[in-house]
Amino acid sequence: MSTIYERKTGLFQIVMILLFGFVILVTLLPILNILALSFSEKDAILTGRVGLLPIGFNVEAYSMVFNDASMMRAFIFSFLLMVLQLTLSMGATILGAYPLSKSHLPGRQALMMLIIITMYFSAGVIPSYILYKDLKLLNTIWVLLLPSLISAFNLIILRTFFASINISLYEAAYMDGCSEFRALWSITLPLSKAAIMTLSMFYAVERWNTVSDIILFIQDPKLYTLQYKLKLMLDIISIPYESGIVTQITPENFKSACIVFTMIPMLVIYPFVQKYFRDGVMIGSVKG
Amino acid sequence: MKQKAKRSALTKSIMKRNASLYVMLAIPISYFILFKYGPMYGIAAAFKDYNIFLGLKGSPWVGMKHFVRVFSTPGFFVALRNTIILNLGDLFFTFPVPIILAILLGELKFKGFGRNVERIMYLPHFLSMVIIAGIVYQVFSPTGVLNVIWAKVGGSQPIPFLTRPGTWRLTYWIASIWMGAGYGMIIYLAAMGGINRELYDSAYIDGAGRFGRIWHVTLPQLKPTIVTMVIMNVGKILAIGFERPYLLSNVLVDDASLVISVYVYRMGLQAGMYDYATAVGLFQSVVGLLMVLVANTLAKRLGEEGLF
Repeated sequence: MSTIYERKTGLFQIVMILLFGFVILVTLLPILNILALSFSEKDAILTGRVGLLPIGFNVEAYSMVFNDASMMRAFIFSFLLMVLQLTLSMGATILGAYPLSKSHLPGRQALMMLIIITMYFSAGVIPSYILYKDLKLLNTIWVLLLPSLISAFNLIILRTFFASINISLYEAAYMDGCSEFRALWSITLPLSKAAIMTLSMFYAVERWNTVSDIILFIQDPKLYTLQYKLKLMLDIISIPYESGIVTQITPENFKSACIVFTMIPMLVIYPFVQKYFRDGVMIGSVKG
Repeated sequence: MKQKAKRSALTKSIMKRNASLYVMLAIPISYFILFKYGPMYGIAAAFKDYNIFLGLKGSPWVGMKHFVRVFSTPGFFVALRNTIILNLGDLFFTFPVPIILAILLGELKFKGFGRNVERIMYLPHFLSMVIIAGIVYQVFSPTGVLNVIWAKVGGSQPIPFLTRPGTWRLTYWIASIWMGAGYGMIIYLAAMGGINRELYDSAYIDGAGRFGRIWHVTLPQLKPTIVTMVIMNVGKILAIGFERPYLLSNVLVDDASLVISVYVYRMGLQAGMYDYATAVGLFQSVVGLLMVLVANTLAKRLGEEGLF
């Protein structure tokens, strides 16, 4: 680096390290506290002694979560739903982004406008509800997949990315009589692996985390996702236990275990996806 | 002659290729038309006495009746007020945090440590609102870890973070800083990455100290990004997501947490007043769109770039 001034290791840097150390602590403290609560002994929780580390080691709450068949069912359903959404959404987004990245395509501006307007104006929840009702989508798995099929934001990111691919690569292929489908498959997609990974992650995380469409459009318990099951669990004030049996767990204990159980998939994939995450958002923040 | 034949062959192949591009667009464009423009016919419900058995077509037109009702219902104004208060709080408290942290992160000498700070700060963005609400209810409860700390430093009464409307708002904003600060930083870090290093060098030669460099180089360079973000936030002052206020709220704080999106849900889907709720939603969408346009025009007048 050819900068003239260098940052010195002085008092300022020490203050900065302390400050960001504090930021890390504040970010992690609530999560660590939940982890600690989920493993702690009943007495320690009741007397408010649990901080960042569990006191004692109590897995009763977890055995209760893992023995709940409806939780496990919801977990599997949510996972399948996520994979399905990711596949359908990526397919549709690629099919939209590729043609719109071609500057010579007649009508491209108008189609882009059609898409961008939807980012600023929406008809609202009730008109959507009426539409889904008319289409007989309510209370089916499709109402969880189709309305969120394409994110206009993701489509624009991918279009910007596709448009940055060197045009001479295509020209050579077109000379050889290569079709647009072939070009998309064998030129564009192999060059866009990172962007596609990032957007797949956006879609997957979004589907895994969203709960509002269950609240608004689903009544059938078979279609409850894990997040919604967690919401139901957290809404219960007392814990379900057989009468007469003295339980070793408290509501805090049980709720924390439910939260941790629901958090696990994100915590597992996070180290792998975080590096794509930053770059993906940065592509999106560049006006295209 | 040969040239001409070659050209027409070329045109033909271009047309053929454009045709296949339109074929690709069939699914995405139908999606936008069906699921984004399709619901717009349902807006008619706001001007009808919507009867679920008659359907939208069969229900009679009633003109502005529902809008008159909306503007004479106290509940609507509570929801409107709460939406504006919570969003203004986000604009004043939540919005500056990522800017400040991004600038300070840029001043950090130890870049490896800085990257780790970033990684950890993005984590809450990956957690669902249900999980965050669950965490908030554990951490902020009267017996939760925050109140335990509060008692240790001499607080005689637990702070009613979740049970009193005023303090609940504070909890809402704290949660939004916690979950959004890391994600919010990315756009500023990206903008800072594009600042020409020579600007810092010349500021240094001119004798600017650390804060001088932040004030005279970093901030002016970030200004377009900040202005864009302010426009977007001002434009969204009436728009509020459903999940955050709905999942963070409880019966005791309804007076602070009832926002437009939750009101629409209650009136429409829970009470079955689809027409009334559509009118509320339409009011929100139209005013929201106008505000984006006004904020955008203002920004352009001030010599900034704007959104469009």
